Amino acid sequence: MQSHSCEFESSYAAMINNKRPRFLALHQIKLPLPGIISILHRISGALLFLTLPLLLWMLQYSLRSIVTYTQLTDALRTPFSKIFLLVILWAFLHHFCAGIRYLAIDLHLASSLARSRSSSKWVLAVSLALTASIGIWLW
Amino acid sequence: MVGRIVTGAHYGLRDWLIQRISAVVMVLYMLFIVGYALLQPHLDYDSWTRMFSSNVLRSFTLLFLLALYYHAWIGVRDIVMDYVKPAGVRLVIHVLVILALLLYAIWSVQILWGM
Repeated sequence: MQSHSCEFESSYAAMINNKRPRFLALHQIKLPLPGIISILHRISGALLFLTLPLLLWMLQYSLRSIVTYTQLTDALRTPFSKIFLLVILWAFLHHFCAGIRYLAIDLHLASSLARSRSSSKWVLAVSLALTASIGIWLW
Repeated sequence: MVGRIVTGAHYGLRDWLIQRISAVVMVLYMLFIVGYALLQPHLDYDSWTRMFSSNVLRSFTLLFLLALYYHAWIGVRDIVMDYVKPAGVRLVIHVLVILALLLYAIWSVQILWGM
């Protein structure tokens, strides 16, 4: 009896250990849409943090004098900086929309699975549509 | 989970709340500033600096930026805690992020009141 239960326990442990992933195969994990929104919230947040010094520098140049203001608007007219601005704009709008969604979920406004799925579609769509329309307007 | 002993510094709930309060502060400020800028007949250097010449707007801008820096600290710290395992590297990144954000706060005051 004793040996039988021991055998069971060891095979059970082996089964658990075998099933357990040794590492996360990121390319094999298929995230549901709310999961994609969540990881994009992180990526956009990190991106915004990393560009903070540049954004502060832009605020400083826009306010300091008419000379620096003109230098800034000239610098932002090149295609490279327009693409950069567009990426930052998307990061901001996605972080903004996804953040509003999390606040709504905290208030139990969209906590069911169906509403969570539909609201994450809205986050993705609204932030991309706003990025595109503001992008066209800025160009 | 049997016999789970809860330990830690107990800053979780406080930071969770601050993350949401700072988010609401930033949303309100940004809605205001975007609305104000769009209401200007044309946005140029004069109307832009006239806007920021008021001490009220400067103060609310600084409040927005401080909320942003605290928000950024909690967010970056959570990301680092999730993905950076070695304690030494984690500590170095944390210290650098805190120092950067403190410098940004000082820089923000200089930008807003030094113009």
